[in-house]
Amino acid sequence: MTQTLSVEGPLRPSSGWRFVKPSVLPGFNIAFGYTLLWLGLIVLLPLAALVLRASGIGVSGLIALASEPRVAAALKLSFGLSFLAAAVNMVFGLIVAWVLTRYRFPGRRMIDAVVDLPFALPTAVAGISLASLYAPNGWVGSLFAPYDIKIAYAPPGIAIALIFIGLPYVVRTVQPIIVDLEQDIEEASATLGAYRWQTLRRVILPSLMPALLTGFALAFARAVGEYGSVIFIAGNIPFVSEIAPLLIITRLEEFDYRGATAIATIMLAISFSALFVINLIQAWSRRRFGDA
Amino acid sequence: MEIRIDRIAKEFGGSKALDGVDLTIGSGELVGLLGPSGSGKTTLLRIIAGLEMPTSGSIFFDSDNASGWTVQERRVGFVFQQYALFRHMSVFENVAYGLRVRPKKTRPHETDIVRRVASLLDLMQLGDYGRRFPAQLSGGQRQRVALARALAVEPRVLLLDEPFGALDAAVRKELRSWLRTLHNKTGHTSVFVTHDQDEALELSDRVAVLNRGRIEQVGTPDAIYDSPRTPFVFGFIGTSSRIAVTIAGGQVSLDGSILPLTPAALPDGPATLYVRPGDFTVADGANGSIHGLVTVQRRIGPVRRIEVAVGAARALVEIDIPAHRTFEIGKPVSISLLRAAVFPEAGGIEPVCVETALMPSVLPLHQPSRWHA
Repeated sequence: MTQTLSVEGPLRPSSGWRFVKPSVLPGFNIAFGYTLLWLGLIVLLPLAALVLRASGIGVSGLIALASEPRVAAALKLSFGLSFLAAAVNMVFGLIVAWVLTRYRFPGRRMIDAVVDLPFALPTAVAGISLASLYAPNGWVGSLFAPYDIKIAYAPPGIAIALIFIGLPYVVRTVQPIIVDLEQDIEEASATLGAYRWQTLRRVILPSLMPALLTGFALAFARAVGEYGSVIFIAGNIPFVSEIAPLLIITRLEEFDYRGATAIATIMLAISFSALFVINLIQAWSRRRFGDA
Repeated sequence: MEIRIDRIAKEFGGSKALDGVDLTIGSGELVGLLGPSGSGKTTLLRIIAGLEMPTSGSIFFDSDNASGWTVQERRVGFVFQQYALFRHMSVFENVAYGLRVRPKKTRPHETDIVRRVASLLDLMQLGDYGRRFPAQLSGGQRQRVALARALAVEPRVLLLDEPFGALDAAVRKELRSWLRTLHNKTGHTSVFVTHDQDEALELSDRVAVLNRGRIEQVGTPDAIYDSPRTPFVFGFIGTSSRIAVTIAGGQVSLDGSILPLTPAALPDGPATLYVRPGDFTVADGANGSIHGLVTVQRRIGPVRRIEVAVGAARALVEIDIPAHRTFEIGKPVSISLLRAAVFPEAGGIEPVCVETALMPSVLPLHQPSRWHA
């Protein structure tokens, strides 16, 4: 009797395209189905409803709405300040994360816990306390009032609120990466003659860049959607300190549902493109790192 | 360049990592620091590099006292066990790094950088890999990139910390002989750390054996292997068996019967006899000097190794015999010593280790000079 070696079986190498790579882990079907259902129910369904509702006015209508002066000003303010706040957080969040991971000092764990407070605090509470602090008669605001610098009830106040709520995102994304940075690499750089700032600029920062970008994206996304803390400190003056989410609320209160969903859709589109670009940059840097 | 290490000590939170180490590394020499983990060998290497500051003692680069120099000023080439390559830079940029970070005045022109990096990559047989990233290379290739990067700055001394520790056995062997060839070609003064005695003995011009923060012995691989000066070195290098003996009036005896060894001036008291597996002869009869029972025999490569329980304490002694000979388990045999070393335990807590000229009187002596103190 001749015996033939067969390659039949569940793990037979497949020559054609397959939806999923063969794996010894069972349960792909149910897990994947569950993932799709969940994402669809929780994320895609509301967004689809939003777009559907807004689609009544058409693309040209959306563009016309976006170029309406008050809407344009609000969108510019929201995205501009969110970008600024995320950029500030990227720098200072990195410093905070660096200090918390690289040095051992009394109270380190306390400070580490304080970083999470903006996560935990109801945003309205944060907004009210920030507003009272930075108002012209507040502790900090009164220092600037004599120079005619207005913080609360003006764009700088919005920026401060957005920085406040975004900080933990950068710190918490960068922190584990700094912990994992091998000390070897810094030592290698030093033995090759590089001084501290050269090591920082040429070795450490590029290694942290993907995590910093992720932190930036999270802080940015959070800032764009932030409502609670901003309305208390913003002053909400049209064309000056009115953010896009507030404009949506205003439209809703005027029973202009289509206008509200249209502005929301524009925000969604801009946010999505921004996150998409950040993801592209990350994919590119990850490919170079080779640990994709 | 010659490196002189002068009474270097290093304490980490009260525990002594190095305890007064003296060592001179000649210009162009390849020296291996060998020792078990925790012996202080890596600490010593890092102190030479300036990555660690000694608690006391000095380092001299030729005649200059380099103790106060920073890492950057020392210009050493340091190769890390885990390569420590810059992951976001190509192989080429990794190697060029040390040249690019130089101040403008001493930085070579871009064309010179390209030329030098290319020639180093050729030397490392990595000529085609310049544009790859470290993650795309094998372990052996990465270690060669690390070596090229260290050599690019024209270091005064090349320091390698367990350079092959993270590689698999075959690659390690290949890279080992390749490094020896490279050293012969470039002639850098080099120091490397290893816990692998084969690596140390094969690669080094001289080996320094470290134990608990002290150098136990420095010498050529021949000297280290053939005439260990301390019990630690005897036990750490190669295989050896220990037999507890007593010394009385210069005579060495096991359980009261005097061993036919050349007497020497040794302090009376308990002592330990160290013997290598190949330095015995075994016979069925009773004309040897030590009697024992065969307990185990197994084939080890080209030889057969038997374990014999000897003396009242039934100390197990490992003996190599030709593969064609076999013994029955439990059979009494008699053993003669060809060569041995005895270390008396006289002295306080630390045993005073005396190397002696002990030779079996029943056998023709060969190379008696080997056991000179």
